[in-house]
Amino acid sequence: MTLATATPKRPRPVKRRTSAGDGERRLLDHGAWFLVLPALIPILVLSVGPLLYGIALAFTDAQSGRTEPTRWIGTLNFQDLLHDTLFWDSFRIGLLWAVGVTVPQFLLGLGLALLLNQPLRLRWLARALAIIPWAMPEVVVGIMWRLVYNPDAGILNETIRDLGLGDGRDWLSGLATALPAVMVVGVWAGMPQTTVALLAGLQNTPRELHEAAAMDGAGAWRRFRTVTWPAIRPVALAITALNFIWNFNSFALVYVLTNGGPGGRTRLPMLFAYEEAFRYGQFGYAAAMGCVMVAVISIVLAFHLVGRLRRGGDA
Amino acid sequence: MRTGRAARTGQYAALLAYLVFLAFPFLWLVSTAFKPARELGSLHPTWIPKDPTLDNFRQAFDEQPLLQAALNSLVAALGAAVVAVLIATPMAYVMARHRTTLSRMATGWVVVSQAFPFVLVIIPLFLVLKNLRLINSMPGLIMVYVVWALPFALWMLVGYVRAVPAELEEAAAVDGAGKLRTLVSVTAPLLAPGIVATALFAFITAWNEFFFALVLLKTPEKQTLPVVLTHFIGAEGVADLGPLAAAAFLATLPSLVVFAVIQKRITGGMLAGAVKS
Repeated sequence: MTLATATPKRPRPVKRRTSAGDGERRLLDHGAWFLVLPALIPILVLSVGPLLYGIALAFTDAQSGRTEPTRWIGTLNFQDLLHDTLFWDSFRIGLLWAVGVTVPQFLLGLGLALLLNQPLRLRWLARALAIIPWAMPEVVVGIMWRLVYNPDAGILNETIRDLGLGDGRDWLSGLATALPAVMVVGVWAGMPQTTVALLAGLQNTPRELHEAAAMDGAGAWRRFRTVTWPAIRPVALAITALNFIWNFNSFALVYVLTNGGPGGRTRLPMLFAYEEAFRYGQFGYAAAMGCVMVAVISIVLAFHLVGRLRRGGDA
Repeated sequence: MRTGRAARTGQYAALLAYLVFLAFPFLWLVSTAFKPARELGSLHPTWIPKDPTLDNFRQAFDEQPLLQAALNSLVAALGAAVVAVLIATPMAYVMARHRTTLSRMATGWVVVSQAFPFVLVIIPLFLVLKNLRLINSMPGLIMVYVVWALPFALWMLVGYVRAVPAELEEAAAVDGAGKLRTLVSVTAPLLAPGIVATALFAFITAWNEFFFALVLLKTPEKQTLPVVLTHFIGAEGVADLGPLAAAAFLATLPSLVVFAVIQKRITGGMLAGAVKS
């Protein structure tokens, strides 16, 4: 498995500033530039550059289709943002959504990974089906669930009626139901990836360890705590942090399912910033929103790194 | 290991619930796509169409320029996949074989780029591409897709290069082969399956992508499949369910087929990347 080979334990080379000709100190080996430049130039021009430009835009009054030149306005955008209750509403919804999707993704994903690690019939089918949510375009996932949630022609309400649980409702338009309904879709879309990653982690755990622990009389929970969890912890931490970031930044699902409605109850920060930039043309203001989002994500990443360092950096 | 009968039953119940949860929305999509209009209007929808029809597919192609959109998606995805792999492979080789400052910085960029909210990148990109007159154009979109696919492509490729034993290259050098000769005749063939998997993955990511396409492509004849699909949903959120389902079903097939082929390799690549970060 790649897992084992991809994390070679190497002593981190100590940077030295003295002896010339030390390959470790050099930016790049001689002659390797022509191998690196074709990728490096687009990265700098189309990724690093725009990111810095984007941060700079947050301090300007840039707007689309305006004739006057763009001016530096300092932190005015951020001051406005501080008082923009709509933005903070969307920010709260974004955090709620990210947590409300990431946590079930992880818990259900872990449960399923443990399940699929057992010698069960039909587990091949579960793995085959897991491809559907994983490979589907997000737009199609959104469309598909609109068909499921459709108040009249959808299968969800029909099932509720068949079971005699009432008439069902218009899930995506209800003020109380819209966000939970969209969260279910988020979990559906991201769970297989989490499951498969954790499953691959589990399969790298030596079976003998389990058997030895069982022989010593350890119960299922003890075996999980002492053998399984330490083995899959690095994968679990990584996939959870990534899921959180992806979920916080998600756009297409909500755009298709509710377009932020009803009454802004599902307006995620990305949707808000998109509208601000490309519907109202407020480039500078939208860039400031982007900066605030980056700050939040950096905090998550920082926690993630601290979690890693605490383990002595062997993750 | 022994497992009690009750526990086994519970396990199968959980597995069944998972299978139902995974499969039912997709089955419903397929069912809706093949239902005639009058069945879709009925108050008691059924799982299996009583009178399956291809009308929805015909109507979908009539309502929106689906063929053109599929062609646009194909061009964007192929372009992105080919260019991304062509420029990522040499760089991944350097990152895997030489531990230099640049390799470490590139690895850092790969990690950080996962965290960008696209909105912070798309506004400046939009302005730059507008000045270059590359808005509403395939080359502009492909450029964005290449950079967007690069982190993961590098991630996967570095893993594949590491899996090729450096001793093989050294042996070839001892036998008198030059550096380029070694790369072409020893390393490249061993890397080929990994390169293909990476290219296919880049293809799917671009095929499925929505946000950049939505912002950068303005006119219907230039738009890609995901963007055109959203046109089936009207301004008030009212949709013609049959054609919508039919078009959505068609748009998914290529991704599903390609993904089924490379899924194992992606899991490996993803893990290698995730654990290293």
